[in-house]
Amino acid sequence: MCGYAGKFLEIDLSTKNVKEMRFNEEVLRDYVGGRGLAAKILWDRLGNRWETVDPLGPENTLLFLTGPLTGFFPGGRICVSGKSPQSNGVVGSTVGGEFGIELKCAGYDGIIVSGESEKPIYLFIKDGDIEIRDASHVWGMDAKRTVATLTRECRTILKQRYPLKGEWKEPAILYIGPAGENKVRTAVVAAKWSHAAGYGGYGAVMGAKKLKAIAVKGTGPLPEVADIEAVQRLMQEVCNNAYENESWRRWGTGSGGYEFGAMTSSEPVRNWQEEWHNEKSFGVDKFENRVWIKQYWGDFGCPTTCLKLAVVRFGQFKGAITDNPDYELQAYLGTNLGIFTPEANVYMASVIDDLGLCGIQTGNVLGFVAELFQRGILTKEDLDSIEPKWGDAEAFAVLAKKIAYREGVGNILAEGTYRAALKIGGLKGVDVMPYAVQVKGIGVGAHGIRSGKDYPHICSYVCSVQCGDHTSVAYMPLDEPNSEHIRIFDDSGVICFFNTFGLPSNLVFDFYKAVTGIELTKDEWVSTKAMKIIQLQRAMLLLGGPDLKWNPEIHDDNPPRFYEPLPSGPFKGKTLEKARVDEEKRKYYALVGWDERGIPKSDILKKLGLHDVDKALEKLR
Amino acid sequence: MWIARELSKCSGCRRCEIACSLFHEKRIWPEASRIRIFMLAPGVEFPHFCAQCEDYPCIEACPTKALSVSKETGAVLVDANTCVGCGKCIEACPGRIPHMHPTENRILICDLCGGNPQCVKVCQEGLWGVLRAVPRRTHPYKLYARIPEEIARDLAAKILGEEGEHLL
Ligand code: SF4
Ligand code: SF4
Ligand code: SF4
Repeated sequence: MCGYAGKFLEIDLSTKNVKEMRFNEEVLRDYVGGRGLAAKILWDRLGNRWETVDPLGPENTLLFLTGPLTGFFPGGRICVSGKSPQSNGVVGSTVGGEFGIELKCAGYDGIIVSGESEKPIYLFIKDGDIEIRDASHVWGMDAKRTVATLTRECRTILKQRYPLKGEWKEPAILYIGPAGENKVRTAVVAAKWSHAAGYGGYGAVMGAKKLKAIAVKGTGPLPEVADIEAVQRLMQEVCNNAYENESWRRWGTGSGGYEFGAMTSSEPVRNWQEEWHNEKSFGVDKFENRVWIKQYWGDFGCPTTCLKLAVVRFGQFKGAITDNPDYELQAYLGTNLGIFTPEANVYMASVIDDLGLCGIQTGNVLGFVAELFQRGILTKEDLDSIEPKWGDAEAFAVLAKKIAYREGVGNILAEGTYRAALKIGGLKGVDVMPYAVQVKGIGVGAHGIRSGKDYPHICSYVCSVQCGDHTSVAYMPLDEPNSEHIRIFDDSGVICFFNTFGLPSNLVFDFYKAVTGIELTKDEWVSTKAMKIIQLQRAMLLLGGPDLKWNPEIHDDNPPRFYEPLPSGPFKGKTLEKARVDEEKRKYYALVGWDERGIPKSDILKKLGLHDVDKALEKLR
Repeated sequence: MWIARELSKCSGCRRCEIACSLFHEKRIWPEASRIRIFMLAPGVEFPHFCAQCEDYPCIEACPTKALSVSKETGAVLVDANTCVGCGKCIEACPGRIPHMHPTENRILICDLCGGNPQCVKVCQEGLWGVLRAVPRRTHPYKLYARIPEEIARDLAAKILGEEGEHLL
């Protein structure tokens, strides 16, 4: 089928068995790739025993999937998925970089990893040659050293094996840092310095499988497309559109650190106690002029190059190097911790990257701990003598290290905000859930909803199948560009959403046709295919297990904090009303075919051909 | 003509690789692009392609006379039928720039697209300002042909500072 390399790589790390497999065309037409296909694969393989599958056990299946548009639609990404150790459902988590392109050039649309290795290993894929290599020498290494070591090592191997080819470019590498190795639930699967598939906690799944990294070098072309001229024309259209939007190219989401707080009152400040600040020290000019040493930085084929490279060259935090900080990390490793200087923020990001932690999820946990400390619920004694005071980057960095290595109190925090809250609540005999700003195990992204000026929907997180993930929120009507139903296409075709800004919404479907030759309208996508993926993700989320289960009547809700009035800023006093949230939630349930308790109804599941899902959900009804 | 380069500004977008391979191979094929972006450390991406040395050591080294200089542009031209893929030009090039076609037994060297360089077009369009077509003057062009490790180390020092140098 056009746009696809045509085969997938399947590796069982317990038996070291490597084989190639293919999906029939119908499956690819229905689920496309990436997040959609991940849901399908996980359901088919683990669905009948979903509740017993431990995300951190050998039975979990870890997926690295491209989509048909990967490499063609400007900007490269790959989707990482599996049973999530955060939500116990399925999260489609995408990460930028060249991995997806290299993989396709190597002849594969994806990698399906099952089992668990006894010893640390990494995979080295060179076209059809697949090697499981010892990784004991990189086990324990931080992000930067892991990348540097494996890049060198793989290039040396290539040079030795193919001396006549000339100089070898580096392979693309996905890897974990110490946090992933220690099965920390807020660990990422990383690329480059700190591009990360953060949501879902798949770094911990890699760690559980003792899979330190995957390096891939593909020397073939990208797959054949249906209409190369149309693809080229559409590529140019996407690029032209991006070039026009110079402010977006120049600042990316990096202007948000000031903007979102000051203008929209939707930025987490001190664990969401506020969503407003007016710290001009956190303006885009401060980042740009003080720490950004590369103004435009991007991944394969990207016209936007919205990434920035930041280095601190002087002062207390000298030597910190990091990808971003983009808005999310400016918020979660900045304002949310009471940190308002670019240097301290870059330092935090660089510490978090080196450890292989998720900046969003870890920033969420750290903010939670700092508030418990502020309230005297956790004391210096509870925190191994650390005092996480707002704004103290050094203290937060020490805590982050403890999390990554599961040392002392870090062992509790390594479980992520929700599980840590359960544990701490039990230990202290206090209900600390009101301070945990998460939805179904996933800390919410840095977009508040109380002011209504950023994410307008009060059930954005409540009804999302990816829970607190800000990149995939419930939205009405379902065919809005920002809705989960549309974003599932981006995550399944596996493209970067940022390059779709300002384009007509049917363009991605035209692109899909130019690549695959298959006609697909937006309406058809939203009402049939996206719907199917949503139902699958919802079903696995509700089945949950083995350590946690979600009851939609209780857990389809905003974090308690969002029902407190905003204490400051132009939207002071604004809050959510529970009754309105419930009303909107019911409206959304009806729209997507869930019953009043939030469980997908028989008729819609049958209509979508998901008879086995219907049967499996019977016990929840 | 010549392509001037501003290595430290390279965004790593690889639009040039895409343009080059589409033009010459009619496919998106990064490994078959005559310009290749090396990323020996993230953030330290740079384009690696023929500098058109004034004394053309590659041409000198070719045992089958598969290489010649284009009179119009000064580019090295590869006669695909004569090239036997021996790799002597790679060894002779101070930057080890020529590389073998991934599937065919012939060497790839930038041919300046016959005078309308596609890589320059996209890099200019994107305003990254790394690649620029300029007239060829008397100049030690050969200095631009260095091995990737050396370029990467120098760039890392410039872009990432001391820490960057350690990493490479
Ligand atoms: S197009 Fe320019 S900025 Fe982009 S990778 Fe090539 S040389 Fe670098
Ligand atoms: S840079 Fe290398 S390939 Fe180009 S002319 Fe010089 S020796 Fe030949
Ligand atoms: S000038 Fe043409 S052949 Fe040379 S690198 Fe650029 S696109 Fe490729």
